[in-house]
Amino acid sequence: LAHGGGGRRMRQLIEGVFLPAFANPTLLARHDSAVVDVVPDVTSRGRVALTTDSYVVKPLFFPGGDIGRLAVFGTVNDLAMAGARPLHLTAAFILEEGLALAALRRIVESMRDAATEAGVAIVTGDTKVVDRGKGDGVFITTTGVGLVPPGVDIGPHRVQPGDAVLVSGDLGRHGIAVLSVREGLAFASPIESDCAALASCVAALLAAGVTLHCLRDLTRGGLAAALNEIAMDANVGVLLDEPAIPVSEPVRGACELLGLDPLHVACEGRMTLMVPAASVERALATLGSGAARIGQVVEAHPRVVVLKTGLGGSHTLDLLAGEQLPRIC
Amino acid sequence: MGPQRGRRRAARGEALRRRPPPGARVVTLVSRQVELRGSSDFQILASRVGDASGVALPPDSAPCDECAREIATPGERRYRYPFTNCTICGPRWSVIEALPYDRTRTTLRSFTLCDDCAREYEDSSDRRFHAQPIACPQCGPRLAALDAMGRTSAAEEGALAAAVQFLRDGQVCAVKGVGGYQLLVDATSSSAVARLRRRKGREEKPFAVMFPSLATLRRDCDVADDELHALLSPAAPIVLVRRSRLSSLAAEVAPNNPRVGAMLAASPLHRLLLSDVGGPLVCTSGNLSSEPICIDDAEARERLGAVADLFLAHDRPIARPLDDSVVRIGPNGLEILRRARGFVPRSFLRTEDGPPVLCLGGHLKSTITLAVGREVVVSQHLGDLDCESARALLGRTARDLLRFLHGRLEVIACDLHPDYASTRLAEVLAAEHEVPLERVQHHHAHVAACAAEHSLQGPLLGLAWDGSGYGEDGDLWGGEALVCDGARALRFAHLRSFRLPGGDAAIRDGRRAAAGALHAIGEAGFSAIAAAWFSPCELAVLDAMLERGLNAPRTTSVGRLFDVVAALAGVREQSSFEGQAAMELEYVAEDVEDAEPYPLVLRGSAPIVVDWEPLVLEVVADRRRGVPVAVVSARFHEALAWLAAELARRAAIPAVALAGGCFQNLRLATSTRRRLERAGFTVYSPSLAPPNDGGLSLGQSWVVTHRWQERSHVSRSTR
Ligand SMILES: [Fe+3]
Ligand SMILES: [Mg+2]
Ligand SMILES: [Zn+2]
Ligand SMILES: [Zn+2]
Repeated sequence: LAHGGGGRRMRQLIEGVFLPAFANPTLLARHDSAVVDVVPDVTSRGRVALTTDSYVVKPLFFPGGDIGRLAVFGTVNDLAMAGARPLHLTAAFILEEGLALAALRRIVESMRDAATEAGVAIVTGDTKVVDRGKGDGVFITTTGVGLVPPGVDIGPHRVQPGDAVLVSGDLGRHGIAVLSVREGLAFASPIESDCAALASCVAALLAAGVTLHCLRDLTRGGLAAALNEIAMDANVGVLLDEPAIPVSEPVRGACELLGLDPLHVACEGRMTLMVPAASVERALATLGSGAARIGQVVEAHPRVVVLKTGLGGSHTLDLLAGEQLPRIC
Repeated sequence: MGPQRGRRRAARGEALRRRPPPGARVVTLVSRQVELRGSSDFQILASRVGDASGVALPPDSAPCDECAREIATPGERRYRYPFTNCTICGPRWSVIEALPYDRTRTTLRSFTLCDDCAREYEDSSDRRFHAQPIACPQCGPRLAALDAMGRTSAAEEGALAAAVQFLRDGQVCAVKGVGGYQLLVDATSSSAVARLRRRKGREEKPFAVMFPSLATLRRDCDVADDELHALLSPAAPIVLVRRSRLSSLAAEVAPNNPRVGAMLAASPLHRLLLSDVGGPLVCTSGNLSSEPICIDDAEARERLGAVADLFLAHDRPIARPLDDSVVRIGPNGLEILRRARGFVPRSFLRTEDGPPVLCLGGHLKSTITLAVGREVVVSQHLGDLDCESARALLGRTARDLLRFLHGRLEVIACDLHPDYASTRLAEVLAAEHEVPLERVQHHHAHVAACAAEHSLQGPLLGLAWDGSGYGEDGDLWGGEALVCDGARALRFAHLRSFRLPGGDAAIRDGRRAAAGALHAIGEAGFSAIAAAWFSPCELAVLDAMLERGLNAPRTTSVGRLFDVVAALAGVREQSSFEGQAAMELEYVAEDVEDAEPYPLVLRGSAPIVVDWEPLVLEVVADRRRGVPVAVVSARFHEALAWLAAELARRAAIPAVALAGGCFQNLRLATSTRRRLERAGFTVYSPSLAPPNDGGLSLGQSWVVTHRWQERSHVSRSTR
């Protein structure tokens, strides 16, 4: 890939790579702006949800996904966490000079597949090329628009003591998968990223009549960061039952070897849910076999997440300042 | 005033200073002439709320001889009464709720004195004159035996008898002691001790043992005179002593450990219980793993219900948790390793004025220090801050101290580590009180604690050797030689750094630390040694972590070097509690008197880097040659002692302080002191403040006081 500068080569790039992949009427209209119906059909009503996020990951391709899938699912998931049905995405690319065109094609195709999978259209975009050494291959920014159905109100403000805390699946696979390829670590069994779209899952929960108080996708900082943030925002305590938290054997083994706590490791297709006790069973049934009830919201120790260990002991699950640094003297 | 009278007064003052009454301590001696007022008897006037100072806060004290005799003598009013006390003994800090110290502000306020007790309280010739917590079988607290559901099965003598029976049968009893619930079990029964270990989830960390009498203690332990003195002191602490060859104690009490934490009864209740059982009992704090000791009855039953078979409780509330203190006799006398019941809240003194400052200490063996005026009060040991209950206790204790010394806070201090729970609390409190937050580097605080205790002025070479603390460069320090003067500390020397693959995991697993050290020196034999420890797959990952510094923080810690040597020597690979590897390495050399130090190389200057490469290579070679581990260990200890003296020689500062958890190692402390003294240095080591992280808050207060003084000096001279 050579430097664009807005000329003919950029046009070739857009026509040769992006348009064919994301082909949809809005994009093909090629206006300066995409003009879309926020309310897609007469039966839909509700409020608009908007979110934006930038994606940087090293390496660009990893077991179970790539930066393209991440860029679609990440933003779709952020919409889903508000209970929104994702409709449209925009995508902005910052490409580093020297990036292989084949790699870009792979990423773009992967985005197309991911968008199809998540039921969204990529309706407008932008591309810039920066000098060699000024970027890690590709940076992608996606913005998403979705529709929150009437009556759906999901967020930390609804969390209350007594709520059950669930997770939608096993933890830590994405972070370990990315780490293993980036650092060239070969673990006993290979680990694939959990990268996935959660919107259909949330839609299914709503359709099943599950009362959702709060949803949060477990990205950077993992479960520990997500729960600490919610505990602080909602001014409640969270009490977790460590043995109930699903972590696959390969991830557990890798974390032990690396000295990392899987609860601090990032996921890209997992969420935590706070639901009233009456909704737990239906929620777990809808989420499927990987999901688990891992604890509850409590009135005691507000703003603190406590982990009860198997031996009857307990310790605090902290939001760390940076790396996991030893505190043992 | 005639010269004779003056001389007599001076002599009286001197006598008072030399032999103060029991429990008293002379801080300052001021002599002043007053007008005669005409009253001829001795009176204690009612105290006024608000005019109390912290100096008078008394620690708890074990039964005095008189009270002990009284409960053992049939016919006495308090014969076998478990809550007997008097003016010089009994509960104090454990029952005080507010100041000034009067019964109405203790947890005994709901027990109204009977006529007999009231008479003793009022009579200036009685030994219970104005003893605030006095009680008797008529009017005082009562004993009860309960099950985990809180159902009372027996009361008073019956309750005691039930507990005795349970203990004789090898069952676990939770006893409400002076400063919290304790778990007791027959110390001579392997199965009973193993049961307690299983239920408490404590694998190998040593338990303390309480003995019914000095005679029984001497049967199981070899006790030196100064150890005896410590055992019999009013604080009645746990004293680390040598287990005798013929000891009847179960091996499970302190596995792989030639020492045992021994103690005598700390209260009349313990006295009665122990003498009725007739043998030694394991006595450990009533908590789960690393949580604080329980003081609340309902909470104790909930948390210890699955551990204890019987609860021996009573209705005297405990004001604050106080663990049993731990002391040992070091090369220079008494050393408090865990400072709690019996010693707290006795204050330290600042030599100079400073602002009211609250110091939050470290993360493990946490304590809080509050300095107001000249007084420096160090809280009791609060435990490790990994669990929420310990953090809550930290917060409560901070507020508790602030309330007692009602000074307007001007500064808050904490460690440099961003993720210590104490640092977080300090940040919150500083914002709340709108005062500046001062961060003090961990090892500087260790050295300063020693300076504070001994009121040291002027330059000092501080050897701060411990497990690890956050360094100014973000590395994990712990093998530091700091030149300290006033508020400043200069890094004079440190160990050559190596990586700890897996961070915390490498602290629990010495093989990882060893892999880090061997990787640092590119030792060709590394893979051969490591191949015995790790699978090829694990080894490849560890290697990548070390190569790339992936979750592999750099350390300069002596404690971690202990782990490396313990693993390479085959003494201990993985540790189930903090300091286990170092302890076992120390103990294997018990029978080796002297040894040739392993070589260490000092490179460069400002700071000097201490290269342990030749030492580690010789350890590996000695192991291959089949040299006994006792010799390897002794040579390693001597190398560190040699290093101390060599660093002191190069620094050429006459005063040397030994601080940090590594100096809990008696062999290291003794050898180091000997070598330094032989070379003509004056050696200071912590005695009344713990050498471990329990001393950090005291050290922080010293550093912050000096920073403040230097600042106010600067602002004075520029004005
Ligand atoms: Fe330390
Ligand atoms: Mg996001
Ligand atoms: Zn007494
Ligand atoms: Zn009475």
